[in-house]
Amino acid sequence: MTMNRDHRSTTTRRGFLGHFGMGLGATALGNLLHQRQVSAGQADYRLPGKAKRVIFLFMAGAPSQLDLFDHKPDLHKQFNQPLPPSVSMGQRVTAMTKGKTQLVAPSMFKFAPQGQSGIHMSELLPHLSGVVDDLCLIKTLNTDAINHDPAKTLICTGSQIPGNASLGAWLSYGLGRMNEDLPDFVVLNSAFWTGGTGNVQALYSRLWGSGFLPSKHQGVSFQPSGDPVLFLSNPAGVTAASRKTMLNLVTDLNRQHLDAVGDPEIQTTIAQQEMAFRMQTSVPELTDLSGEPQHVLDLYGEEMGKSGSFARNCLLARRMAERGVRFIQLFHRGWDHHVGLPKKLRGQAYDIDQASAGLIRDLKARGMLDETLIVFAGEFGRTTYCQGKLTPTQYGRDHHPRCFTIWMAGGGIKGGIEYGQTDEFSYNVAENPVHVRDLNATILHQLGIDHEKLTFPFRGLDQRLTGVEESHVVHDILA
Amino acid sequence: MRPTTELLTAACLLLAGVPSLSAGDDTVSFNQDIRPILSNNCFHCHGPDPQDRKAGVRLDVPDEVDLETLVERITSDDPYSVMPPPESNKTLSAAQIETLKRWVEQGAGYEEHWAFIPPRAAEAPEVDEARFAKHPIDRFVYAKMKARGLSPSPIADKRTLIRRLTIDLTGLPPTSEQIETFLADPSPDAHERLVDRLLESPHFGEHVGRYWLDLVRFADTNGLHHDHYREMTPYRDWVIRSFNENLPFDEFITAQIAGDLYPSPTTDQLIASGFNRLHLIIDRGTALPEESFNRNVVDRVSSVGTAFLGLTLECAVCHDHKYDPITQRDFYQLYAFFNNFDGAPETGRRGTLDFKRGLQPPYLELPSDDQRRRRGELEQTLADLEQQLRGAKKRLQRAGKKQPPKSKPPAESSQPDGDGAEGVVAPAALKAAQAEVDALTQQINRVKAEYQTLLMEIPATLVMKEREEMRPAHILVRGNYDQPGEPVQRDTPGFLPPLREAGERTDRMDLARWLTDPQHPLTARVAVNRFWQQIFGVGLVKTSEDFGAQGTPPSHPALLDHLALRFVESGWDVKALLRSMVLSETYRQSSAAPRERFVDDPENRLLARGSRYRYDAEVIRDSVLAISGLLNPKLYGKSVKPPQPEGLWQIVAMPYSYPRVFQPDQGEKIYRRSVYSFWKRGLPPPQLTIFDAPTRESCIARRERTNTPLQALVLMNEQQYFLAAMNLADELIGRNDTNDAERIAEAYERVTAQLPDQSTQQRLSDALKQFRKLYADDIASAERMIGQHDRFAAALSWDDDRKVELASMTMLVHSLLNLDRAKTRE
Repeated sequence: MTMNRDHRSTTTRRGFLGHFGMGLGATALGNLLHQRQVSAGQADYRLPGKAKRVIFLFMAGAPSQLDLFDHKPDLHKQFNQPLPPSVSMGQRVTAMTKGKTQLVAPSMFKFAPQGQSGIHMSELLPHLSGVVDDLCLIKTLNTDAINHDPAKTLICTGSQIPGNASLGAWLSYGLGRMNEDLPDFVVLNSAFWTGGTGNVQALYSRLWGSGFLPSKHQGVSFQPSGDPVLFLSNPAGVTAASRKTMLNLVTDLNRQHLDAVGDPEIQTTIAQQEMAFRMQTSVPELTDLSGEPQHVLDLYGEEMGKSGSFARNCLLARRMAERGVRFIQLFHRGWDHHVGLPKKLRGQAYDIDQASAGLIRDLKARGMLDETLIVFAGEFGRTTYCQGKLTPTQYGRDHHPRCFTIWMAGGGIKGGIEYGQTDEFSYNVAENPVHVRDLNATILHQLGIDHEKLTFPFRGLDQRLTGVEESHVVHDILA
Repeated sequence: MRPTTELLTAACLLLAGVPSLSAGDDTVSFNQDIRPILSNNCFHCHGPDPQDRKAGVRLDVPDEVDLETLVERITSDDPYSVMPPPESNKTLSAAQIETLKRWVEQGAGYEEHWAFIPPRAAEAPEVDEARFAKHPIDRFVYAKMKARGLSPSPIADKRTLIRRLTIDLTGLPPTSEQIETFLADPSPDAHERLVDRLLESPHFGEHVGRYWLDLVRFADTNGLHHDHYREMTPYRDWVIRSFNENLPFDEFITAQIAGDLYPSPTTDQLIASGFNRLHLIIDRGTALPEESFNRNVVDRVSSVGTAFLGLTLECAVCHDHKYDPITQRDFYQLYAFFNNFDGAPETGRRGTLDFKRGLQPPYLELPSDDQRRRRGELEQTLADLEQQLRGAKKRLQRAGKKQPPKSKPPAESSQPDGDGAEGVVAPAALKAAQAEVDALTQQINRVKAEYQTLLMEIPATLVMKEREEMRPAHILVRGNYDQPGEPVQRDTPGFLPPLREAGERTDRMDLARWLTDPQHPLTARVAVNRFWQQIFGVGLVKTSEDFGAQGTPPSHPALLDHLALRFVESGWDVKALLRSMVLSETYRQSSAAPRERFVDDPENRLLARGSRYRYDAEVIRDSVLAISGLLNPKLYGKSVKPPQPEGLWQIVAMPYSYPRVFQPDQGEKIYRRSVYSFWKRGLPPPQLTIFDAPTRESCIARRERTNTPLQALVLMNEQQYFLAAMNLADELIGRNDTNDAERIAEAYERVTAQLPDQSTQQRLSDALKQFRKLYADDIASAERMIGQHDRFAAALSWDDDRKVELASMTMLVHSLLNLDRAKTRE
């Protein structure tokens, strides 16, 4: 379906009516509730969905599938051998390794079967190995882009070209809000990472932007220091009492003006000011971890203690999930290991291993995992051949879009399975390729959206997250 | 309070969407009624692109479909037969089916797409309502609204009008004195004289130019990978100056497309050619250069499509356009005009002076006379010094040779200088020669540093330049840069008028002449429509970026044509066009209306009232600065960095992005108009993007207008907005000759251009008393408020009453700045 007008306004009565004056009052409330019913009734893109929300753990820079997930036990026999042309088939490479000999670099890390499922996991991921029976490893994700910027833009917005709406914005647009006091799409960027700062990629607000969708659907980026939400705190000297007096005055005059000029948009302004006021309470409550018991904090590991850490953000993500935030996206940088991969990867794995396993355990303990879809992915994978110096314990890897591993957990996805197979070099897909578009189609499906039907008219096209090329829900991984 | 049921009905009506804009009678118009249905539902498989065409049937041209079958298929119940087929996810509504059936009954007449045939002159309709009978715009508008059973709204009051006009034309609110002057002028041409004054304001160009900067994605960084700094601010200055000087719009277009190709281009024309350099640029060593080169050219061509033609040319990069008759060949023929760029496709080498200056050849330097002179001097000094250094080095070399083989190192010599003795050079001579070399080297380094500082200050801007030898162009198979297909020549799309070449080589100048030919069906229409959108909030063609089949048809086609023709006849006179629009009665209507009017026509497409909508981000910020007396009205120059919350760039930028850390400017720079704010594409100023300012990564012809809690937070808490409240409060309480009522009235007038009515005055007065009580009981909070900005350092030593007064008046002004009407065009 196509929604030409934006009728997903955002408020209900709860909470604010008591704060100042009559608030929005019954009129607008009726209006907004009614709109919600109507939009649900019109929503022919809706399917029964298993997940209510998504926590997307985005590993910016592209982790090596060969050293974390995609076990290739026989590759050590090929150490320092040129990658056979029958495998590489003259495919496109980056400007960095163009024209250079492609020497195979097997992973130096040990893999062992884990859990009931016996899935092989790298020694770098002991905690995730402990929850492997909850994970679905997709080993054959592939993408069209070979450089970070377009590849990140593609996986986050469905297109390499800047200007399209991000996944979270689509969900916000398609599903409306689940809560009254917080944004429905939140972004948490790690303030630091362990794997070195030498070659770190930029993040762009377009990765959580609304593109052609109305900008209220864009992600709200939480800050690791200062106000968690920009401009959240009152200016110095504006006390709770003076704020309340001010908003009472503003609301009174706005309502008076509404009666005089008749424009219902004034109601929206009143409602949004009330929401802003509520956020001034709800956001600090959200980021205040003092009520979390020690055994829960421990799940996320030591790094949880540091503001801006990935682990802290995982815990915040759980708290947001509980409070009805629809789409929570964590960005963790530092995965672009062209040289010196073993040391840097060890650091990065340390950052994310216990924290993301802790998130799974925590959600599971609360009975929330089934309705929360967790996705862990980078923008592409890394090459089987070495970039830079090659010894058994020293190597780097270039960008590799043809196959890489991501995992999903919860949200109606089968646990303890691997999907798709790569060839013996983890260079080409041998079986069951999954394109980024298919991943997006699958995520939407789990949230109860038919990816072919959720559209928005822009530049002459009914735009979709999955674009104009064919894409499929990966039904084999659905529980 | 209105009863809930009424509101629910209202909501239902609201959801019904935009009113149908077609004429009231039964005649079906292909362009108005039929093409939009066919385009959206059928053209994908039965349109211009032969590759996806199903069953050999096409509906975009006459006589290619059996009409009986058409009706049968669209009305069929059989899922295997019905059109559009279920898997297309398209369905026709009952009303659409009815319209199509009527069209077939009436003979299935086709019309060429309205936007691809030249505008036609039409007599403005005769109108029986005297007020709307004079101005052609009013006659077209009135006829339409009357056909829909509506009548115009009354004229807005003079205070509303002067605020509306002043902001629409300059982006800044009127001062109290300007309001007084206007109110005191009872003459019938007061309105006209006000308009003429505003059109002559230097702030006109800043405001009108800003829309252009969105359209061409002007920014201060490269937008990809490291997102490094790029310097093109002279282009921005040129845009602003062009609007201020009312450069004819055809020249404005030509200079941008082909300014570098004039026989002897002026500086301005060269600067303008930088339009072709505004695309994103990726860093060297990332993507393959050939790929980046292609990406840049595609970006350049697409922006010509959006900015001048109102076409989505980029849809034809990989295949023929699905909806418009733009073939893939058409795209690459246009590509051929723009692929002969004489410069690198990637950013330059880091560490060079060019890199630090945000420059990539070809660029144009624009030194002032002083800078030019100083540069000459420094270059001369450097040349002299280097010559001296060469001499000194020779002397040093000679001194070294003449030195006795076993002499001690000169540093240890304690002998006095024995210069003069032929053939015997004491170590002291060596020392002196060395000292001379060192001194000169130091001096050269100092001069070089000064030279570098000077160059960093010299304005410069990227420009377009053509290679001598023509680079061949090809159709790229599926748009892939590394799969060239058939070669193509420079030419324009076949469905538009033919190109007339003037010289030996067909070039961008020919393309510019083609675009600005009076017979061109798109250029003038697209331009006047965007100016209309700037003045009335929504274009006559709502999709101002797309005049193709998938765009919305014009609400007032004859009016659009009339304006386009008048525009060309006037010599593409932008100020005359805008003047004509704002002198219409249509423009002068009050925006207050019964609620049904808002519900029936939420975007005011029928223009039966004045348009009411939230102002753009820049207008809101600039107005707040102006109202409070903080605004620094300086025109032109390099970008400035008003403060923003700390750490925003670091958390997203690459560690070696240049610049990586946002360092806010100091002093009066931070109060300049927002059009001068530094625009990092990776993270533009949040105060502005939260209010829907685009990132400037792609060409944007119209902005969203949302209303969100984050916007409320900006107005409530952003430091400059709050400082503005304090600044005005300080001014108000500093006057001893006024009372509360007068101060309240003045604050209200500054923010809204209105005087408060009695109940508002009373409500504000009560609030002021409440604030006074709060802060009298809580002096510490008043002091915290006052102490947060060094602008008010002196106020900290005031007596308590006065501190309370400042805090309370600040809260009152702050409240006014948060009113819906403060951010809204009334």
